[in-house]
This record gives sequence, structure tokens and C-alpha cells, in this order.
Amino acid sequence: MAGVLINVPERAKRGEIVEIKTLISHPMETGYRRDQSGARVERDIIRLFVCTYNGTEVFRAELHPAIAANPFIVFTTVATESGTLSFQWTGDNGFSVTESAPIAVD
Amino acid sequence: MGAPASAAASPWRVVRAAVGVIIVMTASAFAGEIPRAERRSGYDLMGPQTRAMQDDDTANPAMLWVLEGEGLWNRKIGAAGSACADCHRDAGTTMKGVAARYPAFDTARGRPITLEQRINTCRVERQQVPALAYESPQLLSLTAFVARQSRGLPIDLPVDARTQPFLDAGRATFFRRQGQLDLSCSQCHDDHWGKELAGNVIPQAHPTGYPLYRLEWQSVGSLERRLRNCLVGIRAEPYEFGAPELVDLELYLMSRAAGMKMDAPAVRP
Amino acid sequence: MGAHPSRREFLRTAGGIAAGLGLLSIAAVRPAGATPESMKDAIRRVVGDAPVTPGRVKLELPPLSENGNVVPLTVSVESPMTATDHVKAIHLFTELNPQSDVATFRLGPRAGRARVMTRIRLATTQTVVAIGELSDGSFWTDSAAVVVTLAACLEDP
Repeated sequence: MAGVLINVPERAKRGEIVEIKTLISHPMETGYRRDQSGARVERDIIRLFVCTYNGTEVFRAELHPAIAANPFIVFTTVATESGTLSFQWTGDNGFSVTESAPIAVD
Repeated sequence: MGAPASAAASPWRVVRAAVGVIIVMTASAFAGEIPRAERRSGYDLMGPQTRAMQDDDTANPAMLWVLEGEGLWNRKIGAAGSACADCHRDAGTTMKGVAARYPAFDTARGRPITLEQRINTCRVERQQVPALAYESPQLLSLTAFVARQSRGLPIDLPVDARTQPFLDAGRATFFRRQGQLDLSCSQCHDDHWGKELAGNVIPQAHPTGYPLYRLEWQSVGSLERRLRNCLVGIRAEPYEFGAPELVDLELYLMSRAAGMKMDAPAVRP
Repeated sequence: MGAHPSRREFLRTAGGIAAGLGLLSIAAVRPAGATPESMKDAIRRVVGDAPVTPGRVKLELPPLSENGNVVPLTVSVESPMTATDHVKAIHLFTELNPQSDVATFRLGPRAGRARVMTRIRLATTQTVVAIGELSDGSFWTDSAAVVVTLAACLEDP
């Protein structure tokens, strides 16, 4: 089930600090669990989250299995200019999701 | 920074609580219902952080399922290429209040059915596609999306001559001692709500928030899944998903919570 | 076993009574290899020999979590976040999870404010440590203790 919820203001004043909330559907399988037969369930996590603002990286999160399922990450960035905020999540088993949101800066 | 209070510092606290609960229970012959004015949602008994998780739609993990459900609502499927939206249009309007009156009587089956069963009936009979498995991501997403449209509305189950026998059966299940622990739902949820069981506060068991994101599951799940967890907890054989015993119990629980506001999709520990 | 027994140890000492009641479930995970020492090693991999000073970092966690699977966390660092004086990264560690590393957040002056929220998993009652790495090469820290209880009425007996 793929799903991403991003909360970012549509517009902001130049220089304003905006808060960005991100929520993505992912089990974040730790690799430490055992299934009913006793076999270890293989690790399957999102390892990296990157936010770029008109192509420039402004935030990065390197994640380990201790991040809860359906990772929720809230961070801030300065509204510098109008354009596009891009969000990318990558992880085990070729997991890769990219989303973007426009931002208008006055 | 002082030493953290370890949960293991007092192992006997947990055992004492469990044993204490048993002792009290064998003494009482019949458990009483909660007076209407004293009914409280599980939301009120949660910690502030969990409540904050539910309150913010941009932070509530269950909203991922609602989002998925919205997509499924609009997706054309089956040989006829029909979507829920083709008949039911805008769910915000047409589904308002629906979850608040389920389980509802189904004339064809001659008994009440759950919202999940209603969705599957539509799929099989109207859209000509197979039913979705219980607890499948798709069924949970559709149910969460529909239930979301009743948020803030009071639970309002019409009870009539047709549904009364099933309501009575559900009530009987709620008050019946079951399992190796020989406990009834009522003993915990009517008599001992608010007290702690193995580190969690016992709620009154009002299903105002289903389907909900249970932190223990790390996923959205249905009321039936939660009821099966309870049955396992008292060491009783859990009824199968969709079993009449579970549907009747859900009917009773919703009726018992009549007038309380829906808060689906909720977050609970 | 020391000051911080694993979940399995806790359940053993709680007695066969509790386990037999089925009200508690044996944790599927034993925090193997997780010790305060391995957390110190993980921290050393980040800071090297540099001193780590308590202060400027604020780590917020609930003192009692309702479920160890999902524990909300907020970490912030006092900083003007200018080009010459800002937080480069915030690192999170746990004492007793199977792995010490939790996450590293890389910031910079574009962040405006050094404040991140997320949700973490805690295998057992333990201490969480946050380390703020500043642009001048200094390291600052805060820690918080969280009590993690087991849920009642689980999936499997």
C-alpha cells in the first residue's frame, strides 16, 4: 500500500521558516523479528529521506530500524524563493518514492 | 538525570494487578452496565502524545489508509468498469452518518452485517468482483475512508424487532464468562475500566474510532481484529472474522455506545 | 543481569503466573548485543575523541510510553542557524535497542531552526541520547529516560 502525506504551506513570506510534515506508508521491518515458524523476518526499511528545494538539498534523514513503522518526519526550511520542494524516500529492496509540492514565496 | 524507573523494578506490580483483578472478579456475581453519563471514549483515557497523533490529520498514520481508500473509491473495477463513486458519488455527502449506524440489518441475509461485509456485498453483487479478504489493506482502506465521513457524528443505530434478537445475543456474549481465564468482557470494561492491565489503561470498550491505527499493530485494523485480540487475551478461542458472534457483539457495543461521537479513524495504544 | 533487564528477563521474573494467564506475551525480540557500551561505541563513531557537552540540545520524549512500537520524539538545538553558526546534524541513539543508532538528521543554515520530530521504537525501558553536531565542530547532548510497558490483549497467545 503506497501512500504519502505531505503537509507544507502553499505560500510563505520570504525568509519565513516553514514547517514540513511528512508521513509515508512503510512497515519498517526491523530484521530482528521472528515469524511463527521461528525464522527471522528480513530487514526492509527506508534508509534515507532527502528534501530538496529547487534542486538544492535542504534536509536529509538517515534512518535505522528504530524509526517506527510509517515514518513520520517533521522538519523546517526557510522560504527563500518560489518553486518546488521535492521529497525522496529510498530504502531496502529498491524502495524509492518521490513526491513534490509547489511553494509560492512572496 | 536520575536512574529511569524500570518496568522490571516491580515485576510483582503486574502480577498483583492481574491476580487482584481475578480475585475481585470471582467475588462479583453480575457485572453492571456503565451509566450513560459516565461513558467515556478510549480517547479520553489515552496519553497526550497518542491523542496528539490522532488529532492531526497530517500526523495520524490512519490517514494513509483513508487516502488509499479515497483512491479505491474512485477506481473503476470489474467487467463493467464501475467504481464506488459511480453509484455513491461524493462520499463526503453520501457516506455521512453511514458508519455511525452499522452494523445494519441486511434483508437478504436476514441478519445485521458490518460495514466491511456491506462493502464486500457491493463489490460482489454490484461491481462483480471478488470480495476483499478481512483485514486486507484494501478493505481496511475503504472502510477507513467510509468511516471517516462519520467523524464527529453520534453513533445512531436503529434497533427494531428485526435486530433485537441479534442485539440480545451480542449482549449475552458481552456478559458471558469465557476462556481459560473465565472472564467476561463486562468484568473488565464495565467494572474495571480506568484501571491498569499490564501497563495499559482498560478502556470502556466503545468502538467510536474504528477502523483504527493501533500502535501495537503498527497498522490500521478493524474492531473484529481487536475483539479477537481480547479473546486471545482471556485465553478463549477467537471467533473467525465475520462470524455472527463477532457481528452481534459489535452490534451490542455500538448500541451500548449510542450517542457517543465517532472519531474514526482513531489512534489507540 | 544488571540494571536494565531485557523484556524476556522481566517476564521470567514476573513469574509463570503472569505468563500462564496469557495476559502478557513473551517479546519476540531479545535485545541481543544492545548495551550502554555499544551505544558509547556508536557515539564514538560519530564524535571521535571530541568532548560531548551536556546542553543546548533538548530531547523530548514521553516519560511513560503507551507502546514501545511508536514513541513520539522531538529534538531541538539552540542555534542561530546562520552560515557561520549552525547545527550540521542531530544524531539519535538508544541504550538497549538491538542496534544503538536510531537516526541522523542533517540540517544546515537553510533549516532556519534546528528542530525535528519523528516516532521511534523502543524495545524496552531505557535512555535515549541526542547529540547535536555544530558547524564549529563542537558536540552537545541531552538524554531522556522512557518507561516502556507491554500491551495487554495481543494477537498471539
